[in-house]
Amino acid sequence: MAIVRPLDPVAVRADFPILARDFNGRRLTYLDSAATSLKPRVVADAVSDYLTQYSANVHRGIYQIGEEATAAYERARVTIARFINASGAHEIVMVRNATEAINLVAYSWGRRNIGRADTIVLTELEHHSNLVPWQLLTQERDADLEFVPFDEDGVLNLDSFDVLLRTRPKLVCFPHVSNGLGTINPAREMTRRAKDAGALVLIDGAQAVPHEPVDVQALGCDFYVFSGHKALGPPGSGALWARRELLEEMPPFMGGGEMIRDVHLRRVTFNDVPYKFEAGTPDIGAAIGLGAALDYLSAIGMESVRAHEKELTDYALDALPREVSGIRIYGPRSSSNRGGIVTFNVEGVHPHDLATLLDREAIAIRAGHHCTQPLHERLGEAATARASFSVYSDRDDIDRLVQGLGKAQRIFARGAN
Amino acid sequence: MDDLYRDEILEHYRNPRNFGTLEHADAVSEGANPLCGDRITLMLGIGDGGTIEEVAFTGRGCAISQASASMLTDEIKGKQLDEIARLGREDVLETLGIEISPARLKCALLSLQTLRQALAERVVWQASTDETAR
Repeated sequence: MAIVRPLDPVAVRADFPILARDFNGRRLTYLDSAATSLKPRVVADAVSDYLTQYSANVHRGIYQIGEEATAAYERARVTIARFINASGAHEIVMVRNATEAINLVAYSWGRRNIGRADTIVLTELEHHSNLVPWQLLTQERDADLEFVPFDEDGVLNLDSFDVLLRTRPKLVCFPHVSNGLGTINPAREMTRRAKDAGALVLIDGAQAVPHEPVDVQALGCDFYVFSGHKALGPPGSGALWARRELLEEMPPFMGGGEMIRDVHLRRVTFNDVPYKFEAGTPDIGAAIGLGAALDYLSAIGMESVRAHEKELTDYALDALPREVSGIRIYGPRSSSNRGGIVTFNVEGVHPHDLATLLDREAIAIRAGHHCTQPLHERLGEAATARASFSVYSDRDDIDRLVQGLGKAQRIFARGAN
Repeated sequence: MDDLYRDEILEHYRNPRNFGTLEHADAVSEGANPLCGDRITLMLGIGDGGTIEEVAFTGRGCAISQASASMLTDEIKGKQLDEIARLGREDVLETLGIEISPARLKCALLSLQTLRQALAERVVWQASTDETAR
C-alpha cells in the first residue's frame, strides 16, 4: 500500500501570501474555498512572469517570446491532462471556468444530439451552472429534465436514479462533489449505471479536482469539467475534458480566430481538437497559472490533500455541534462521503448576520444559497451558512469559527427574553 | 457593544412592528433579494385622501432586512403618498442608524424597494381602472 505523506500545514500556509496579511491585528481565517480558493505565490509568480517576460499571443508569433508563450500554454494543457489522467492533452479544452465548459457541451453536443422528448437526468444537488444551461437547451428543444432526489443526509437516492434511467436519457449530469452540502457522490457507480442505460455522462468536478485524486478514465464518464480558480489557480482558467471521438464529432461552440484551419468568405474548415473549441485569444496567463497551481497540488499529493481536508471535516463535524448550541448541520454525517464543506444554520441568527459578525473577526464564510437554490428549497431554507476548506485550512480556523459563532449568538441573545 | 447590531435593531428583528397581513389591501408588493433569499411582502391600506392608514408586512431574512422593514412600516403609517414617494435610501439608512457595508446594502434597502414597487403598481392599476371608468 502506498504511503500517504501527511500535508504539512505550516509549510503550506507559508506559501500563501494573503495569510500573512494583517486584518486589524488578526490573520485571515478563510473558510470560503468552495467559492474560490486562495492562491499560492507560485501561481501569482507564473502569471506575473508571463505578463512581464513573454506576454505574446499563442500559436502565432514566429519569434522567441511567441514560442515561449505557446510552449507554456501547451505545457499547462499537458499538466491539466495528467492531473485528471486524461489519455492525452488533445482531450483538454481550455475554458474560463466550469460554467463555460458546461455551456460549451450544452450548446455544441446538446444542440446536435438533444431533440424533442429526449430526456436529460440531473440531480437536485446541482449548482446553477449545471442546471440553467440544460434548462435553456431543453426549453429550446422541447426536451425533458428529470432530477435525482437526495435524502435527509444529502445523499442521492440511487433507487430513484435507476428508475429515471429507465426513461433512456441521452445524458446524465451530476456533481462529483456537491458545493451545497459537500456530498461526495459515487461517481464511478453512477457513471456505470448511466452508461449501461445508454446515456452519456457529464460530471461537474468543480468541487472535486481541488480536493481529491480524479481519474477521468477510471470514472468512465464522457465529459468532465472544472474551474481553475477553485483549484488554487487564477480566475479565468478551467477545463473541459471529453473523450476525443466526442470532441471530433461536436460542432464548434464559438467562431473566430484560432478555431479555424482555412477561411474563405463563404466557407470555412475548422481546426483540430481541442483548438476547434478555443476561438479567440485565450486567457493565456490564467491557463499558465492553473498549470502552476496543479503542479503545486501534485507536489503535495492529492491523497495527502484529501486526508488533510477529511481530518478537518471530522474535526468540524465533531466540534461544531458540541460547542455551538442550536446549530443544525446539513449534508452527510461522516467525512467518508463528505468533502471539506460544512453547511449549517444557527438558531436565531440568520446566516447573513453570522457572516457579517464573523467578518469582524476576519473570518470569511459564505452565507446565502451558494448558487444552489433548488437544493435550498428541498432543505426548506432560504439561506444557509457554509464553511469550506482547502490545503491551507487548519484546526485553528475551525476553533476560531466556533468562537466566532458563540460570540454572534451572544450578541443576538442580548436583551432577549 | 456592537454598532451594527445595536439593541434597537435586534429589538425590531425579534419583535417586528406591523408584522402580518391586511384583510383588504390597496397595494401589495413582494420583494426578494435573489442573492441571499431575503423576502418581504408589503401590504398597504390607503385612505381616500391618499394617506397610508394601514400597513403590514411578512417576510423572512436577516436582522438588517427585517428590522429595516419593521422601522420603515412604522415610519410610513399615517403619512401621505406623495410624502412617501420622496423617501430615499438616505432616509432609510438614517432611521436604521448604522453603518452598512456595500455587501449588506441590499438587505437594508429591500423594504424601501418593495415599498416603491407597491406604489408604482398601484399607480399603474389606478390608471387602468380610470381608463375603464372613462
